[in-house]
Amino acid sequence: MIIAAIMAGGIGSRMGSSAMPKQYLPLGGKPILLHTVEKFLVHPQVEHVAVLTPRSWISHTKDILKNSAAQVIEGGETRNDTLWNALRYTEEAFGGEDDHILITHDAVRPFVTHRIISENIESAQKYGACDTVIPATDTIVESRAGTLISGIPERKTMFQGQTPQSFRTRKLRALMERLSEEESAILTDACKIFVMRGEPVAMVTGETHNIKITYPYDLKVAQALLGLDPAEGGAL
Amino acid sequence: MIDVVYRLTAPGMFEVACQELELDGRQVLIRPRWLSVCKADQRYYQGNRAPEVLRAKLPMALIHECAAEVIHDPTGAFQPGELVVPVPNLPTQFDEFIAENYLPSSRFRSSGFDGFTQEYVLSEPDRLVRAPEKTPPEVSSFLELISVCMHAIDRWERFAHGRRERLAVWGGGNVGFITALLLRRLYPGAELTVLDINEEILSYSSFADRRLHVDQVKLSGRETLCDHAFECVGGAGCGPAINQMIDCVAPEGSLALLGVSETNVAINTRMVLEKGLRMFGSSRSGAKDFDRAARLLEQNPRMGQALGCLVSDVVDVRSVADIHKAFRLDAQQGFGKTVMNWNI
Repeated sequence: MIIAAIMAGGIGSRMGSSAMPKQYLPLGGKPILLHTVEKFLVHPQVEHVAVLTPRSWISHTKDILKNSAAQVIEGGETRNDTLWNALRYTEEAFGGEDDHILITHDAVRPFVTHRIISENIESAQKYGACDTVIPATDTIVESRAGTLISGIPERKTMFQGQTPQSFRTRKLRALMERLSEEESAILTDACKIFVMRGEPVAMVTGETHNIKITYPYDLKVAQALLGLDPAEGGAL
Repeated sequence: MIDVVYRLTAPGMFEVACQELELDGRQVLIRPRWLSVCKADQRYYQGNRAPEVLRAKLPMALIHECAAEVIHDPTGAFQPGELVVPVPNLPTQFDEFIAENYLPSSRFRSSGFDGFTQEYVLSEPDRLVRAPEKTPPEVSSFLELISVCMHAIDRWERFAHGRRERLAVWGGGNVGFITALLLRRLYPGAELTVLDINEEILSYSSFADRRLHVDQVKLSGRETLCDHAFECVGGAGCGPAINQMIDCVAPEGSLALLGVSETNVAINTRMVLEKGLRMFGSSRSGAKDFDRAARLLEQNPRMGQALGCLVSDVVDVRSVADIHKAFRLDAQQGFGKTVMNWNI
């Protein structure tokens, strides 16, 4: 089975003035989350779409998705917990013994494309895991202490991570089970689990417009991408 | 849902834009899969249109020749995964006498509004034709062009007198090749002649009874070359071709004009009058022409194979850079079609 897990677990603390989690903010008259879910629902290879959302927002999410085939399930406290929930749900719903492809995607990236999803499926099947990235255009500066620069990596070897990130479920489970509590607490990126253990993670080329709507500025960019007048977007 | 559109903003420049598609329970959601570059698209890309035309029509998604996959059809007419060919002509009214492709109120994709360089497209079910079975999808991608030739033949069948023993096609390029191939299939007993100025291009029409360089045509006295003729030359060659056709066609013959000329053409009207010739123009096509072309290919799988020799390049398209690559490759082709395998 090929399952998409839309990670709508965040509560949007970076969005500023809006109290509503950012995935529920309207974009062109429709919640961002719904735009994102639709891209996976129409993809012919994706067989099931699950949306992982905070417990307190499950009812609201179900209302938004009531006319769609997406299944709403509870997310977790952290990104890692949400990933575990997605994995457990996949195994319970579609068989724990089988190897499935799990496509995890940020609910707040509604501009994901058909190609990116297709290439995620292809790469996860071939390599076991993949990450969606775009080449870094800014120079990346490293600072371990936060005051002085400790390194400036060569830009052409640097990429910016987007989502989806996709995995073969059996391998993902095996690696996640081996994580220490300390590792689990600091992991914010599922692909890092693979990289830490020396497992291959393929790169899928993303798109510059596959933006993550995190800050009010991003929502204005998203509205502009859709040809909407940000002044009338009115979500902030 | 959000759809990504790749629009030409100025000659040689594409922009990525997004738009919302509203699934309304009435229209079919399709995904373009194979896109064929047409000379009209190439003229926009190259900037070979009048500045005022470019100003009026751009930004616009190019390509009106396409084979697409059905994603979702709320009407149930098509199944998900079916390969269909969308009709780029979108009539807004019905007229008892004027065909949909001649109604000024009709809209046409990649000429005034967005063509198929999009992630997804919404289409009315009656604007979709099932792709012919056993025909390669690359060939189905230019079913529109085949339907244009079919439309011209259909009109010729209505206008021309019944003696159809000698048929001739001027121009051995894409349109001429397809027109001649269709005539070969529809009129297997007729003597079919293809004429061009290029020996190499002529050699593709191996199915014709005669392939003649236009300079080889030598007629004496009242001798004629054909009962009816099809002009598929276009451009600057239109004038000489039409005048040679007038000389070569038997009295009361019909001349079908398919080639587009950017300039006015002087023709020998004295001889048109003297011979009582009928000349008629033909442009674009409608849904029934698509259907007839698709069914003809379905009944004659070998035609689909023969049309495969028109596919000169297949370009895997995953980025804007790949779209440029396809257009630049196509610009170098004298014969054949450049097809984009649309994976964007």
